[in-house]
Amino acid sequence: MTATTLDATTDAPTKIAAVAREPEGLRMAMPRPLPDAAGAATTLAAGSAPPPASTALPATTDAAVPAATAAGKRSGRLDAVLRSVLPPLLGFALFIGIWHLATQSASGLPGPVQTWEAATALFADPFYRNGPNDQGIGWNVLSSLQRVGIGFGFAALVGIPLGFIVGRFSFMNDMVNPLISLLRPVSPLAWLPIGLLVFKKADPAATWTIFICSIWPMIINTAVGVQRVPQDYLNVARVLALSEWKIVTRILFPAVLPYMLTGIRLSIGTAWLVIVAAEMLTGGVGIGFWVWDEWNNLKVEHIIIAIFVIGIVGLLLEQSLIALARRCSHEST
Amino acid sequence: MEKFVSIENVGQTFDTRKGRFVALRDVNLNIARGEFIALIGHSGCGKSTLLNLIAGLTRPTAGVLLCDGREIAGPGPERAVVFQNHSLLPWLTCHENILLAVERVFGARERKAELRDRTLAALELVGLTHAGQKYPSEISGGMKQRVGIARALSMQPKVLLMDEPFGALDALTRARLQDELMKICAATKATTVMVTHDVDEAVLLADRIVMMTNGPAATIGEILAVELERPRNRLELAHDSRYAAYRAAVLEFLYEKQASHPVAA
Ligand SMILES: Nc1ncnc2c1ncn2[C@@H]1O[C@H](COP(=O)(O)OP(=O)(O)OP(=O)(O)O)[C@@H](O)[C@H]1O
Ligand SMILES: [Mg+2]
Repeated sequence: MTATTLDATTDAPTKIAAVAREPEGLRMAMPRPLPDAAGAATTLAAGSAPPPASTALPATTDAAVPAATAAGKRSGRLDAVLRSVLPPLLGFALFIGIWHLATQSASGLPGPVQTWEAATALFADPFYRNGPNDQGIGWNVLSSLQRVGIGFGFAALVGIPLGFIVGRFSFMNDMVNPLISLLRPVSPLAWLPIGLLVFKKADPAATWTIFICSIWPMIINTAVGVQRVPQDYLNVARVLALSEWKIVTRILFPAVLPYMLTGIRLSIGTAWLVIVAAEMLTGGVGIGFWVWDEWNNLKVEHIIIAIFVIGIVGLLLEQSLIALARRCSHEST
Repeated sequence: MEKFVSIENVGQTFDTRKGRFVALRDVNLNIARGEFIALIGHSGCGKSTLLNLIAGLTRPTAGVLLCDGREIAGPGPERAVVFQNHSLLPWLTCHENILLAVERVFGARERKAELRDRTLAALELVGLTHAGQKYPSEISGGMKQRVGIARALSMQPKVLLMDEPFGALDALTRARLQDELMKICAATKATTVMVTHDVDEAVLLADRIVMMTNGPAATIGEILAVELERPRNRLELAHDSRYAAYRAAVLEFLYEKQASHPVAA
């Protein structure tokens, strides 16, 4: 798996939804994590460009269908396409219009046109390098993704096994639960100084905050998944008298996988939010640092571009994880 | 009579929020090797509870259960269970679901190819050779139930326990599976306990019909020996006066002697 699929992203509304869902998970009241969370994310995605584009495709390829009925069918298809494309387009148009009007009158805010021009210049060469503090936006995004990937990878390495243990043994659950409840609401940025102190360097400290914010959803969701394995499946294991290893690999792991992927999606969403803030504080290379740097250079267009880039990367991460989760989810019988 | 499975003074109480609930009390039953027992009674009387006790999935709060002379201390592959809802693992194909059981029972002694052959044989037994590579979500309810039966049979259990295996099926599929089951039991001589709601099914399949009283504190009310020679044919039996008499006896027990049951939960 590449760093890109590992790294998560959400835009602000999803983040709020994610945070709101987490405590439910802890209280083991989360209904069906996958469909529910996926639903929330897809409604959000409907407001963005990619899905309408893909729905538009079949309409054009099927245009060759002969016969008189094709016309009626096509107009029906066209109708559907319009209905799915029109609202998001309108939304974007309205947004850009308001943005344009708002920046007409006063303030130093650049309008859509200025931003577009700056963006074309910027994306003409996203991978240039003029020393450590002046690199293309592509490098910045990649190094942020790398940090998220590493922190997140360690969190998965620790959190998923821990989640299994917590879920399987109620003693461990009772032992660890209060601690998690206490630490989970703490902003990961509060952990940044600890990271700086321990690692003495900015880069691992940023990765450390990602680790901290990723690990809670991972433990909680895995544990809830283990506790929710249907008794029927465990009875099968008991009748067959399977070894603990077979129980874990053949029954627990597949049954818990959807829950685990929900945990991964939640934590990667948070991680992508946190990395921007962490990098603003630590500096170096990264999209968060880049935003801060452009603020110091007073290139506000670039900040707006960064906002869009962060949003799009977040959306892509979220969508790829949803796609992955959908592939791994077995239809319950 | 030879006691292959024996249930002696077994009682089961559950601790519930409203206090103790006595589900079974003083259940006594001996089952001979190769015998087919049908367990019938009104809903909620404790049939599943009794079957789970024989399976070893739960332990009795009173009395003792023996199988082949040894106490039943827990579940094990020598007492295979066909669950009421088939309980196939949705992430494994039908073939893999059966193979999991086959590996567990024969994996230590046999090579891969032999295990595979056993799995294929089990699938063939229930007429599902073509569905081996399908996932449970891709096959019909009747087929799932048959895979569940194949999984249980593939383990060559000493005792086959079935909890309403055909309960959720349409009448045609049920009739076909009953016929298949009769053939399989005749061929393997498996000792079988089958929970059922269906009087015709009980008379058609069983050597003895164990009728349970209504709960709470349910126990065995009557035992009816069905002395119809095998192989049995459902069409011929329909005109057999003995068949009608057995049927009437069970119905009489259920709807006259045990009629005052709380409406089926
Ligand atoms: N784990 C349990 N805790 C408390 N009560 C239970 C438990 N399991 C079963 N019971 C009670 O024991 C009684 C017998 O239940 P059981 O499931 O054995 O009935 P059944 O005869 O199999 O019914 P059905 O035909 O509807 O499947 C019921 O009243 C049920 O409420
Ligand atoms: Mg039952």
